[in-house]
Amino acid sequence: MKSGRSQRVLPGFGLSLGITCTYLSLIVLLPLATIFARTTDLSWAAFWSTVTNPRVLASYRVTFGTSFIAAVVNTVFGLLVAWVLVRYRFPGRRLVDALVDLPFALPTAVAGIALTTLYASNGWIGQYLEPLGIKVAYTSLGITVALIFIGLPFVVRTVQPVLDDLEVEVEEAAASLGARRWQTFSRVVFPTVAPALLTGFALAFARAIGEYGSVVFISGNMPMKTEIVPLLIITKLEQYDYPGATAVAVVMLVASFLLLLTINLLQWAARRRMATSS
Amino acid sequence: MTSIAVPRPATTAPRAIARATGESRPVRWVLITIALAFLAFTLVLPLALVFSQAFSKGFSVYWQAITEPDALSAAKLTLLIAAVAVPVNVVFGVAAAWCITKFDFPGKNVLITLIDLPFAVSPVISGMIFVLLYGAHGWFGAWLTEHDIKIIFAVPGIILATTFITSPFVARELIPLMQEQGTDEEEAAIVLGAGGWQTFFRVTLPNIKWGLLYGLILCNARAMGEFGAVSVVSGHIRGQTNTLPLHVEILYNEYAFAASFAVASVLTLLALVTLALKTLVEWYQRRSAHDLAETKSTPERMAA
Repeated sequence: MKSGRSQRVLPGFGLSLGITCTYLSLIVLLPLATIFARTTDLSWAAFWSTVTNPRVLASYRVTFGTSFIAAVVNTVFGLLVAWVLVRYRFPGRRLVDALVDLPFALPTAVAGIALTTLYASNGWIGQYLEPLGIKVAYTSLGITVALIFIGLPFVVRTVQPVLDDLEVEVEEAAASLGARRWQTFSRVVFPTVAPALLTGFALAFARAIGEYGSVVFISGNMPMKTEIVPLLIITKLEQYDYPGATAVAVVMLVASFLLLLTINLLQWAARRRMATSS
Repeated sequence: MTSIAVPRPATTAPRAIARATGESRPVRWVLITIALAFLAFTLVLPLALVFSQAFSKGFSVYWQAITEPDALSAAKLTLLIAAVAVPVNVVFGVAAAWCITKFDFPGKNVLITLIDLPFAVSPVISGMIFVLLYGAHGWFGAWLTEHDIKIIFAVPGIILATTFITSPFVARELIPLMQEQGTDEEEAAIVLGAGGWQTFFRVTLPNIKWGLLYGLILCNARAMGEFGAVSVVSGHIRGQTNTLPLHVEILYNEYAFAASFAVASVLTLLALVTLALKTLVEWYQRRSAHDLAETKSTPERMAA
């Protein structure tokens, strides 16, 4: 790739690039472009008043607030789970490792009804929380619980390979220089893992703000209180308020793309750091 | 705790290092317990609940719920969707990975980002874009009505939305894998007189088969389980545009909980099979990577 390949030896460039570009245009780009084109149906003032309507604002608060808390919880426990899986040996470790991917594989609707039943006031967990005055199902706490479920593998699977690659010699050096275990962790291990942890956080957060299936059952869907943005979009679509749905969707798309950009920059920075350090 | 952590001069006695690079036994067990308790609450309990609820009204109710005509037609539709979306995305994924990893051309990074794009889009919005294009009030809506073609609230719309959602899975898996493998083997095959397809099927495919299978498994799980996007374009017509996940929702909203969880348990089983296959493929992948490393370590023989 760097030098010496003056011309293409391998065949199939035109064919494969042709298939890729045609397919992407038809299935991904044209449909996505429609949504931006559709916003031109609205005047700027109408667009602005739609996306800043109190009910819409409340739904941003619910979606971004619960997604943020869920992503923070996932970051803490994701690091713990990754650490335990990489560093310790205990019976059933491989099974647990495989199970971490369950949220990727389980259809979101199934996760949604299972979590709702679990945390309802007569559910396996809900019945013990109810006397304590903690209501989970049909509150924003419930939304957070569903988003924690959905986001967990993102953090674990981003942090795990970095922990795996961490050289024990570095920790040994820190220890032989007199660092306590906690110091070694906070000054040596953590800074190395931090970029991956941040990427995992961003991935979990990005997934959470768009999530629908697992949340819609447990959220209760009360406008102004527990209504998430994706549900609001569906409600608008069902009322044939296409311009309104499009306007809100564009705001969410822009937020998602900005997050995607941040994630790519984070990963690029992490790769560069790895390259310069080695 | 304090007895262990008596500050010592920086001796390099091996035992001191072992203690300092690993946690003490109690700390280790506390960490493992917290992690496992967290996973038990978030992952294992929901899993156990699905099966317990599914059989709560007995086996006959369970059997009836998964064999009634509506459930069967939902299962058939789910299989049909996967049967279209998965092969199409395998072809796309292989083509995309081939042009990105075997050639240099301007705009390659943009292309990689565009392939990833559907991952960043909310499922609800993924369904909505097809409503805006092909729905009754959509861009092609009038033309489609005129020609009596139904896409939205019909099977083609569900397939389109699912294809959109699952399009990155195979490409994403293959691109890093094929990048790592480089182009040497293919170039050698071509130089030795093999045709393009021959090279692909005899050289490339055996090298990427585990990665391809891995992407295919994930793609299939998502195609069968997708809810948000499908829910927007389906119209929820029983027996016609109802997939298994949508059927779960309908039963649940009708308070037919046991039946709903019965159908959900079928999907859960699918998820568990997916996880098992995935773990198996990872194992094979590691093994073949290991074999590859061994053959690569004797370049003299190959060069001669």
